[in-house]
Amino acid sequence: MLAYILRRVFQSLIVLLAVGLVAFAMFNFVGDPVDNMLGQERTQADIERLRQQLGLDQPFLVQYWKFLEQAAQGNFGLSYRQGRPVADILAERLPATLELALVSGILALIGGVVLGIFTAIRRSGVAANVIMTVSLVGVSLPTFLIGVVLIYVFSVELGWLPSFGRGEVVDLGWWSTGFLTVSGLKALILPAIMLGLYQMTLIMRLVRTEMLEVLRMDYIRFARARGIREKSINFKHALKNTLVPVITITGLQLGSIIAFAIITETVFQWPGVGLLFINAVQFVDIPVMAAYLMMISVMFVAINLIVDMLYFAIDPRLRLDRKGGGH
Amino acid sequence: METPILSVRNLVVEIPTRHGILRPVDNVSYDIHAGEILGVVGESGAGKSMTGNAVIGLLNRPAHIKSGEILLSGQPIHSLSGDALRRLRGKRMGMIFQDPLTSLNPLLTVGEQLTETIMEHLDVSYAQALDRAVAALDEVGIPAARARINSYPHEFSGGMRQRVVIALALCAEPELVIADEPTTALDVSVQAQIIALLKRLCRERGVAVMLVTHDMGVIAEAADRVAVMYAGRLAELGPVRDVILNADHPYTAGLMASTPLASQGQKRLRQIPGSMPRLGQLPMGCAFSPRCEFAQDKCKQDPGPTRETCNGRAACWFPLSSTAKQEATQ
Ligand SMILES: Nc1ncnc2c1ncn2[C@@H]1O[C@H](COP(=O)(O)OP(=O)(O)O)[C@@H](O)[C@H]1O
Ligand SMILES: [Mg+2]
Repeated sequence: MLAYILRRVFQSLIVLLAVGLVAFAMFNFVGDPVDNMLGQERTQADIERLRQQLGLDQPFLVQYWKFLEQAAQGNFGLSYRQGRPVADILAERLPATLELALVSGILALIGGVVLGIFTAIRRSGVAANVIMTVSLVGVSLPTFLIGVVLIYVFSVELGWLPSFGRGEVVDLGWWSTGFLTVSGLKALILPAIMLGLYQMTLIMRLVRTEMLEVLRMDYIRFARARGIREKSINFKHALKNTLVPVITITGLQLGSIIAFAIITETVFQWPGVGLLFINAVQFVDIPVMAAYLMMISVMFVAINLIVDMLYFAIDPRLRLDRKGGGH
Repeated sequence: METPILSVRNLVVEIPTRHGILRPVDNVSYDIHAGEILGVVGESGAGKSMTGNAVIGLLNRPAHIKSGEILLSGQPIHSLSGDALRRLRGKRMGMIFQDPLTSLNPLLTVGEQLTETIMEHLDVSYAQALDRAVAALDEVGIPAARARINSYPHEFSGGMRQRVVIALALCAEPELVIADEPTTALDVSVQAQIIALLKRLCRERGVAVMLVTHDMGVIAEAADRVAVMYAGRLAELGPVRDVILNADHPYTAGLMASTPLASQGQKRLRQIPGSMPRLGQLPMGCAFSPRCEFAQDKCKQDPGPTRETCNGRAACWFPLSSTAKQEATQ
């Protein structure tokens, strides 16, 4: 198992190196950083001096290595637009995105698993069929349209929930949270639904399919033949076997929730890293873009690693080197 | 005579399909007594599993019991449904499936699966259930049962897993066990051990066993009586020696002639020509008549009665032992 994990960590490092290369390339090929930093009135000497200062006259590999070194320490330089360290800007914006992703991830997971089980167990029932049909519509609508409809119904027509922003936040020093104020919680609802709905329908369909598959297995028949109650068959015998693929997909979905957050944050003007990135793109703020890219890929890689570990926790067949013993 | 543990009376199972109603089990009757092993043989698709599933109440829709009776120690159970039937399963009748690799839940330890079953049916505490689980594993010959109670199914070999399956089927002490091809998926070397185990449990506990198989060798080894099925009907039923050595139904005779059995010596094997008709395409008369060398016009028009013969019963107009007798007297 240790060997497996080490191998996975090694693969993750390769992925990060590759992403780092892309981010590094952005600095060098999308616009000239020297151009960006010096004003209109510059001399050739100024340019040379700055190039030297920034290490731009050094060989490619040396530059790349330095970039990685800095990136590993969370140092991405100054934002072209705000003139402040990128790391600080990201740290300010990250809580908003993570809270949004957390809430919609939980929403998607709980809603998806519950509805998936329900539609699998009652697969010929009216309610299950209605849910399946609605979910099909949900999957095929573009996300931003759902956001716009949500805003129209709940903000414009009913006036229950805010249509933009994060509400009041409480600053804990290292983290600003919207969980502690009523307006913060209210502001979370619509964006969380918009962001989580698509993932929820995906998880629901996955759970349903897996569950139906598992319910056809011999060991389920054998459990029935032993007089085990339906409740235990569904929630103990079947659900546990459904979870392995569900965890994989959910893990990957969690990554894409953070990525998809760009759209949601734009629609709801949610002050997270996604909105920061969109604004950075408009201003060609390369350090911010590169840092965002690196951060998202670190998250994806970390999530994948965690998902792999969860496999081991759930499926005893993967723990092969622990033969013989029980827990 | 005492009440049989299982009594199946004129059982008919039907499957409605787009092309009409199929009868995978057609008018089947038999009894199994305490401590007796009834072998059920027949080609694949003959309706053996359907019969077993009907008894334990696990027919997959749209298959359902159309008519007939199933009595468990005299109590009618064919009309029970839902929870009443579930309570009987495991408690009063157990089932063993073909493939031990897929019969056990891979994510639950054998102890969890055993204790859950025991606590479902018997009024015991968890500690007592655990003791019983260990005893059950011990009884089916799992070495170091207490140490292995927390093992997962994949930590056992195929033969050991089938022992675990048997322990699970028997852990709440049912009167009847239906074993559906319990050795088919196992290595030949393990098959004999599993059969011996079933025989021992049947003898020691007085369980009635319905042993479904298409392997005549297993039948000859284990069964007290044999029911031969063909295209959903019971072709012949009788004590194992008589059926093997002195078959009444031409199909049984053909089946025996095509199986290598130690008891027959070195006879040449002969295959029955043709194959069993599909359920939707049964001939009007006796289902075996197109393949039967003794078939006459009568056989092709009317399936004929099930007759008591000197051995037991045979669904044939011209049972072999009686024709043989007639020929002898002529
Ligand atoms: N859902 C179904 N629809 C149509 N025919 C079926 C269905 N399920 C089983 N059968 C038929 O029922 C017959 C009996 O099957 P089964 O009891 O499994 O046979 P055996 O166990 O003797 O090999 C077979 O001919 C099979 O083709
Ligand atoms: Mg079968």
